[in-house]
Amino acid sequence: MMDRLVWRGHYAVFCLFFAGIVLSLAGCTGSSSDGGSSAGSSIEILNVSYDPTRELYQDYNAAFAEYWKEKTGQAVTITQSHGGAGKQARAVIDGLQADVVTLALAYDIDAISQKAGLLPADWQKRLPENSCPYTSTIVFLVRKGNPKGIKDWSDLVKPGVEVITPNPKTSGGARWNYLAGWAYALKKELGDLSKLNDPAQASQVAAAEKKARQFVTELFQRVPVLDSGARGSTNTFVQRGIGDVLLAWENEAFLAVTELGPDKFDIIVPSLSILAEPPVTVVDKWADEHGTREVAEAYLEYLYSPVGQRLAAKHYYRPVKPEGADPEDMKRFPELELVRIDDLFGGWQKAQKTHFDDGGIFDQIYTAGK
Amino acid sequence: MAGTAKSRLTRRRTAATIAGTGDPAWVRWSICLVSLAFLGLFLAVPLAAVFTEALRKGVGAYLESFQNRDALAAIRLTLLVAGIAVPLNIVFGLAASWAIAKFEFRGKSVLITLIDLPFAVSPVISGLIYVLLFGLQGWLGPWLAAHHIQIIFAVPGIVLATIFVTFPFVARELIPLMQEQGTEEEEAALVLGASGWQTFWRVTLPNVKWGLLYGVILCNARAMGEFGAVSVVSGHLRGQTNTMPLHVEILYNEYNFVAAFAVASLLALLALVTLVLKAIVEWRTQRESTELPASTPTSLQEVT
Repeated sequence: MMDRLVWRGHYAVFCLFFAGIVLSLAGCTGSSSDGGSSAGSSIEILNVSYDPTRELYQDYNAAFAEYWKEKTGQAVTITQSHGGAGKQARAVIDGLQADVVTLALAYDIDAISQKAGLLPADWQKRLPENSCPYTSTIVFLVRKGNPKGIKDWSDLVKPGVEVITPNPKTSGGARWNYLAGWAYALKKELGDLSKLNDPAQASQVAAAEKKARQFVTELFQRVPVLDSGARGSTNTFVQRGIGDVLLAWENEAFLAVTELGPDKFDIIVPSLSILAEPPVTVVDKWADEHGTREVAEAYLEYLYSPVGQRLAAKHYYRPVKPEGADPEDMKRFPELELVRIDDLFGGWQKAQKTHFDDGGIFDQIYTAGK
Repeated sequence: MAGTAKSRLTRRRTAATIAGTGDPAWVRWSICLVSLAFLGLFLAVPLAAVFTEALRKGVGAYLESFQNRDALAAIRLTLLVAGIAVPLNIVFGLAASWAIAKFEFRGKSVLITLIDLPFAVSPVISGLIYVLLFGLQGWLGPWLAAHHIQIIFAVPGIVLATIFVTFPFVARELIPLMQEQGTEEEEAALVLGASGWQTFWRVTLPNVKWGLLYGVILCNARAMGEFGAVSVVSGHLRGQTNTMPLHVEILYNEYNFVAAFAVASLLALLALVTLVLKAIVEWRTQRESTELPASTPTSLQEVT
């Protein structure tokens, strides 16, 4: 009897393996890879974007679908995916089959090119204005009446001020926040930012860099919660009521004020901030494979049209061709000194390497601050 | 004789526990109050909050949130995923627990540990495992891409991740039950000439049916409610790869609170239904196990 049971044990193990195989097979059968076929009267594209563009693309997708239908007679459906820019880039690298990416900064698209080879290295030259149809900047959102009296970057490190920003490791917006703070500290020390490129001033520049590092360290010591994306941080500040000031995309700050009540928050524009350039591009590999290149390219080009530019301005992005935008919308953008990452930090590749890569300055100051 | 003496003893012992441990009344009352306050604070109030937020703008707005195309897609996807994951887990759970409880073989303890693995691993890791396996940069990714098969960032990936996290529920419920029941009844059936299959259908399965149902209920609740693992492999495509929990997050992040809480309330309702079902199943099992000794006096004798 026992022998028989033992023998049956082997049978049972076999059954188990069989069940395992069934499990995995069943998982695969659902894999009807639905790449939109270019022929026919309808087509699908996937736009993988970053956090605060949700409302913009909701409007823009409808406008583009109408335009495309009129032009070609083809119905286009645009699927959206949103999240922290770094996280979204990672998903595309890992196989999320985006036809176009519209991310927060060039570095994340560079990463897709380098790590996965899905698009050429010179992608940024393919569309006007460095492939950025709209720009933005970093401003402060404070509680109504500005109880902590925050007017500029230096006020953020005053005693008792809590700052909310997402994590620069995962969020593009947070990297702009960080660099904007750094730029402010440099400007304060040097007075004139052109000294950065003057070899005669090297020692003064080195001292200023040291001060900037100290300023950013202090800034991040005041952050109680690092969310992974810009929208998460906005929710932390707005919904959960944590912190005194939110470092936010200009468009995100405007949106929070309009969506959640102008009686609750004020926008503070600092004396200096960074010109944030969120770029867009076609992901060649998937666009070609899905047969969607034509519509994907048109989708991005239409962003530069008066309609695209007007929608960008409506959703608080600064259009690169303001002629097309509604002048009323344009009035909402405050004037301030905007510095470019290429001038101050030698471009995204260098900035990323120095500041945000593993073991970079952000890692050093954030672990040191804990 | 010895049997009746023993049962009298247990009866007396249970009577003593019912009457209390001899602690003064205020101790008992305050312990009661503390646990009730905890329950209220951490369970009842948040649950009530979900429904009030969902109904903040009236029943019309509440119902309208379910008319949305993306919300419907999320509900459909959640049902589909649970519909695939739960039956597969039943098959696996039965096979695994049957093998473990009724047979002796080498590597049994390893198998038990493996079954428990998903409980020990954080759901995020469970998701990442599949990214590492099926992602474009992963082991199988390039091959899959060349053959136009998409696993992660599509429905199959979500199903796989869900199966992984819900893996232990049925098996874990059945293993102790089957072990407790031993192999005697099966041996008797075999001796009487039943085939292995007949033994399983006529003896093993009826004995564990309530335990199985209990496992299925828990498994289903988790399959529908899983967030972490699914979030990693989903890609968050609106209307395509968003399950209900992921859709709640998206709606919340878009300041669409009524819709977010409406979908959340659906999940909460599911939890409540699960609890009721669970209570019914527990009640049935308990009734059966108390009835059992009366109907089969032989087993009582065996105990003494």
